[in-house]
Amino acid sequence: MSRLDLNRIPIPKQELGERAGNFGEVALGYNLKQAQAEAGRCIECPKRNCVAGCPVDIDIPEFIRAIKENDIPQAVRVIKKTNNLPGICGRVCPQETQCEAACVLDRKGAPIAIGRLERYVADWERVHPGRVVQPRVAKPPSGGKVAVIGSGPAGLTAAAEMARRGHEVTIFESLHLAGGVLSYGIPEFRLPKAIVQEEVYYVLSLGVKLELNSVVGKLVTVDELLAGGYQAVFLGTGAGLPLFMNIPGESLSGVYSANEFLTRINLMKAYRFPEYDTPVRVGHRVVVIGGGNVAMDAARSALRLGAGDITVVYRRSPKEIPARREEIDNALEEGIKIRFLTQPKRFKGDELSRVMAVECYDTELGEPDADGRRRPVVKPGSEFSLDADVAIVALGTTPNPLVATTTTGLEVTRKGTVVAGEATGRTTREGIWAGGDIITGSATVISAMGAAKKAAADIDKYLRGE
Amino acid sequence: MYRILSRRKLALGIHRFKVTAAALAARARPGQFVILRLDERGERIPLTIADWDKDEGSLTLVVMETGMTTHRLARLKGGSSLADLTGPLGKPTEIERFGTVVLVAGGFAVAAITPIARAMKEAGNRVISIVGARGKERLFWIDRLAAESDRLIIATDDGSRGRRGVVTEPLREILESGEKIDRVIAIGPAIMMKFCARTTQPFNVKTIVSLNPIMVDGIGMCGVCRVSVGGVTRFACIDGPDFDGHQVDWDLFIARQKTYVDEERLSLDRWRCQHGSQSCGGDEG
Ligand SMILES: Cc1cc2nc3c(=O)[nH]c(=O)nc-3n(C[C@H](O)[C@H](O)[C@H](O)COP(=O)(O)OP(=O)(O)OC[C@H]3O[C@@H](n4cnc5c(N)ncnc54)[C@H](O)[C@@H]3O)c2cc1C
Ligand SMILES: Cc1cc2nc3c(=O)[nH]c(=O)nc-3n(C[C@H](O)[C@H](O)[C@H](O)COP(=O)(O)OP(=O)(O)OC[C@H]3O[C@@H](n4cnc5c(N)ncnc54)[C@H](O)[C@@H]3O)c2cc1C
Ligand code: SF4
Ligand code: SF4
Ligand code: FES
Repeated sequence: MSRLDLNRIPIPKQELGERAGNFGEVALGYNLKQAQAEAGRCIECPKRNCVAGCPVDIDIPEFIRAIKENDIPQAVRVIKKTNNLPGICGRVCPQETQCEAACVLDRKGAPIAIGRLERYVADWERVHPGRVVQPRVAKPPSGGKVAVIGSGPAGLTAAAEMARRGHEVTIFESLHLAGGVLSYGIPEFRLPKAIVQEEVYYVLSLGVKLELNSVVGKLVTVDELLAGGYQAVFLGTGAGLPLFMNIPGESLSGVYSANEFLTRINLMKAYRFPEYDTPVRVGHRVVVIGGGNVAMDAARSALRLGAGDITVVYRRSPKEIPARREEIDNALEEGIKIRFLTQPKRFKGDELSRVMAVECYDTELGEPDADGRRRPVVKPGSEFSLDADVAIVALGTTPNPLVATTTTGLEVTRKGTVVAGEATGRTTREGIWAGGDIITGSATVISAMGAAKKAAADIDKYLRGE
Repeated sequence: MYRILSRRKLALGIHRFKVTAAALAARARPGQFVILRLDERGERIPLTIADWDKDEGSLTLVVMETGMTTHRLARLKGGSSLADLTGPLGKPTEIERFGTVVLVAGGFAVAAITPIARAMKEAGNRVISIVGARGKERLFWIDRLAAESDRLIIATDDGSRGRRGVVTEPLREILESGEKIDRVIAIGPAIMMKFCARTTQPFNVKTIVSLNPIMVDGIGMCGVCRVSVGGVTRFACIDGPDFDGHQVDWDLFIARQKTYVDEERLSLDRWRCQHGSQSCGGDEG
């Protein structure tokens, strides 16, 4: 066996001083030489542990070998056999807990940078159109007709998988643009919107129809779709309803949910106001409440819009913070402050009801709560104030009840998630499947895609009467 | 693309549109709204569904020129189109046989009140409508609303038509007259709705207002439309837009509406400047 090479090839990034002033992508991607050097580290181990770490079953050693052999079109084919959204996954998958965590070299602290390689291959295909034989939608029309609700990663994946199996698929999307969180939530500097739209077009090129501006539950209900010719419905409406804290002042002018802040910037392109019509307010001092990826995205977006003093307020310690390490490092590197063990008490406003400050408590960690994380306990008398021109609440989201409340026979949990079988995505109502954030609450792109894939396979069986 | 079948000026700064949207027209109910976008760079703006025609597959919208988007809308012609149109959004207005209902409309809200008047009438209510405007040049659809009302009162600030004054005056007189009023619905500028609610409060008459906060998605995803009603945070786009006017935190509501005044002014000035209806003089931002 050849000697192990434990030197992961770093990914080039936009210079620090530069990137804080623009919405261009931070990570720039490998070039061919770097990709081949990184691919060269893969020992193509016979157990192929990495594959089990990928929820959409990419044949990882196979596409890596194609990179080594300089046959990038083949790498594209291998990836696209099981993943319809590689440019997206290569950028936003939490690889460190998925495929890369399963790589044998992870134990040596240097797993193969599978995500970066996947991104390289997807980006190569984008700039070499027509060089790769498109995977064919081989089967003749099956006669099956399926409605997919929502065009986030779950909906897109379910639609692509079913179209490839020969079913007629229509996606209904409430917004004016497809992509779900990929389009309205994750910022341009992590996931360029042009890449999202190209991967959406790829899914449509498989024969999928897309109805935008179609709010299911308002314009049409799931019951009506099932009665009107659709034999199966897949729910992929995500978990888009923002949570607030119910503390005083949370509706002052200048207090945003992260969803609003990010939607204005990403979907509506407020960072290009007034060239685009939708504005967003930032000011100099910004306080972001929360400790997840969403909080980091909001803080880093505020920075790029010119805020000078940005503080993320998180109620637990660095050990519990849920954001990806890489995102926290990027944020800190860019000058964003994180204040741990801090919990907001109320928002203070001026005489015009505009937010002026966030009053907070210090906390300390007490007993573990239901999910085993130590519960933050407020220290009495510790109140202090953080000045803020804008405050952004990033405390998570729950499923929007619109579809569940307008569909008969769907069981919903207390948290608002739709109940669905783990292996099949079947809900409690025959003919309806669900996958993605709507069944798990906010999770990840790749877990939504994995669930959608399983559901698509089960819908296929159902439509073929198996 | 959603085709505009026709546009007509109804009154000073107020325009009526007919747009093709068959599926929407089949679903629309009084009190619901749509969100539209003019073009790729456009903002999403909410507008009440003023009328609908299932057979023609069209919706009627009435727009008042306020900022940039509504000014641009007002200049679109029949035959042009909108990039996006979504709906019907929000909960329909609660329609029941209440008894006697008073409907108060300020300015362009006559368009929102008219389908409610029709539905209230059909449900067997006695309908008293009060319309307020700055002057007669801003009035429209008076005949249409009169046809759906048992009684119609007009009030203008300058007295150019109907009585001189604001809508809360006739509203108070009706309540004081001792006639039993079972419900009041007030739609119009925030300040007008606030004072209508304040007028009816001592009389303990349930007063519904149709809140018009800033919106983005209109389906509960962004939370910009949140309002405080009875001390609870609600989203106007999915829980409303109708709420109990006596429970609304009006000062907060009005403050939130003003979040973007500077940016809105910049947009409108920039647009006017590019379209030559204003000199662009200095270069202040
Ligand atoms: C700011 C942010 C950053 C994130 N970063 C990452 C990351 O780096 N990596 C990662 O793996 N995950 C990340 N996530 C999480 C990830 O985006 C989600 O887990 C994933 O998008 C869920 O996919 P989905 O298809 O289930 O739902 P969504 O992406 O939420 O899509 C749901 C779609 O359904 C539509 N819809 C909703 N209701 C209706 C209706 N009634 N009718 C029609 N359409 C409807 C919505 O408009 C939306 O387009 C992030 C999330 C956010 C908010
Ligand atoms: C449910 C709902 C129904 C509505 N129905 C109608 C309707 O039928 N006809 C109609 O003309 N308008 C209606 N509006 C208001 C309309 O959406 C706004 O006038 C529009 O968004 C302004 O866009 P703009 O770019 O022209 O102006 P902007 O530049 O955005 O704003 C200009 C001025 O209008 C005020 N404003 C901004 N947004 C709103 C708002 N949402 N409501 C009230 N004032 C606002 C601002 O304070 C500002 O001073 C409705 C709003 C809601 C929420
Ligand atoms: S899709 Fe995600 S989990 Fe699968 S190989 Fe790619 S980066 Fe890893
Ligand atoms: S586990 Fe790691 S080394 Fe083994 S095949 Fe997969 S990527 Fe290559
Ligand atoms: S408009 Fe976004 S939640 Fe109501």
